[in-house]
Amino acid sequence: MKTVAIARYGAGNVRSVELAVRRLGAEMTDDLERADLAVLPGVGSARSAMDGLGPAADVLRARQAAGRPILGICLGLQLALDESEEDGGVAGLGIVPGRAVRLQAERVPRIGWATVDPGGEAYWFAHSYEAVTDATVATSEGHAAIVEHGSFVGVQFHPEKSGVAGQRFLEQCLSRG
Amino acid sequence: MPLPRLIPCLDVAGGRVVKGVRFRQLRDVGDPVELGAAYSDGGADELVFLDISATITSTVAAAGVAARVAEHVTIPFTFGGGIRSVADATVLLEAGADKISVNSAALARPELIEELARALGSQAVVVAIDTEGGRVRSHAATRDAARDTVAWAQECEQRGAGELLVTSIDRDGTQDGYDLEQLAALRDAVSLPVIASGGAGNAQHVADALQVSQAALLASILHENPARLVSLRAELKELGVCLR
Repeated sequence: MKTVAIARYGAGNVRSVELAVRRLGAEMTDDLERADLAVLPGVGSARSAMDGLGPAADVLRARQAAGRPILGICLGLQLALDESEEDGGVAGLGIVPGRAVRLQAERVPRIGWATVDPGGEAYWFAHSYEAVTDATVATSEGHAAIVEHGSFVGVQFHPEKSGVAGQRFLEQCLSRG
Repeated sequence: MPLPRLIPCLDVAGGRVVKGVRFRQLRDVGDPVELGAAYSDGGADELVFLDISATITSTVAAAGVAARVAEHVTIPFTFGGGIRSVADATVLLEAGADKISVNSAALARPELIEELARALGSQAVVVAIDTEGGRVRSHAATRDAARDTVAWAQECEQRGAGELLVTSIDRDGTQDGYDLEQLAALRDAVSLPVIASGGAGNAQHVADALQVSQAALLASILHENPARLVSLRAELKELGVCLR
């Protein structure tokens, strides 16, 4: 059975990630270092998240250096970058080259289902910042949607909230782990 | 822009979905998890649960409902009713809700919006605005809040709200169509997503609302019947509305 650990760093909806992982038959563990897959979820703001991560930040850096899978979701993707514009500028984990900038869109926050290309599948987004990185492998309306760098996969959308399509995406992430 | 959203609204009291006329003569019409899951299967983009008992003790009950919904529903959902503090909201998000909605508590103490946005992120903070004749109503629309609707919407945006759920009280339950004029004024006044609510009677009404808003809240038009959501989606697609 695959094991999954969630990097916890504050208040918010982490339970949905946990429930989605369990639905796929994986086992939750607190061992962020040794889990088959580490998930960096997306809740709150960049500064409070980096503060809340504490020692888990180094564990995640070590995982990336060792080529062990990490999945970053929403803010979790943005935290993996070198820095974020949010909260007046915050240093990120620096495991993916790039930065998070204020989202340029007609309506901000950008909330709702939008298609991701290549693939054409719709997933649910809710964000006010976006990743700008050469590691982008899929976009949604011109915004980075999926980022891959080494053993890190980051998604701007919420697979745990994207119904059947999201479940399928998580399944793929787990099978890499 | 993301695709236009259809959002069924379920009124909840004592852990059950209830139906009543203007908060009176409530009757039990089902289980929130079963109905929510059925709407999700029927193509809902998100769900809104409004706890209309909305007392302090009901926040605990609401968290119980949110926890059960999160176990069975894999689309986003919002919880509203009785939230007066970051602590109240945190309990609901930790139970599995994606957003919380505040109304009277934000009117009474607008700083609450900033506190919620700072703690949870703007994307999790919906401000519900009940409006009638361009003025804001509070306390389940029973009182005049002494505020202009557009000005209050702008203040909510400045304070960090992530979305506005705008209910036209004079249209609510009439099935005469959404208040398109009010919704267009808000579209021009703020750059937040707006969820239109109040007045949906047929697919054309919903299609019209989605021209000026990013989402439509569906309440009485569905009659707590998920099959109606399926047929409504088909009608909207025939009208040329691009849905998920």
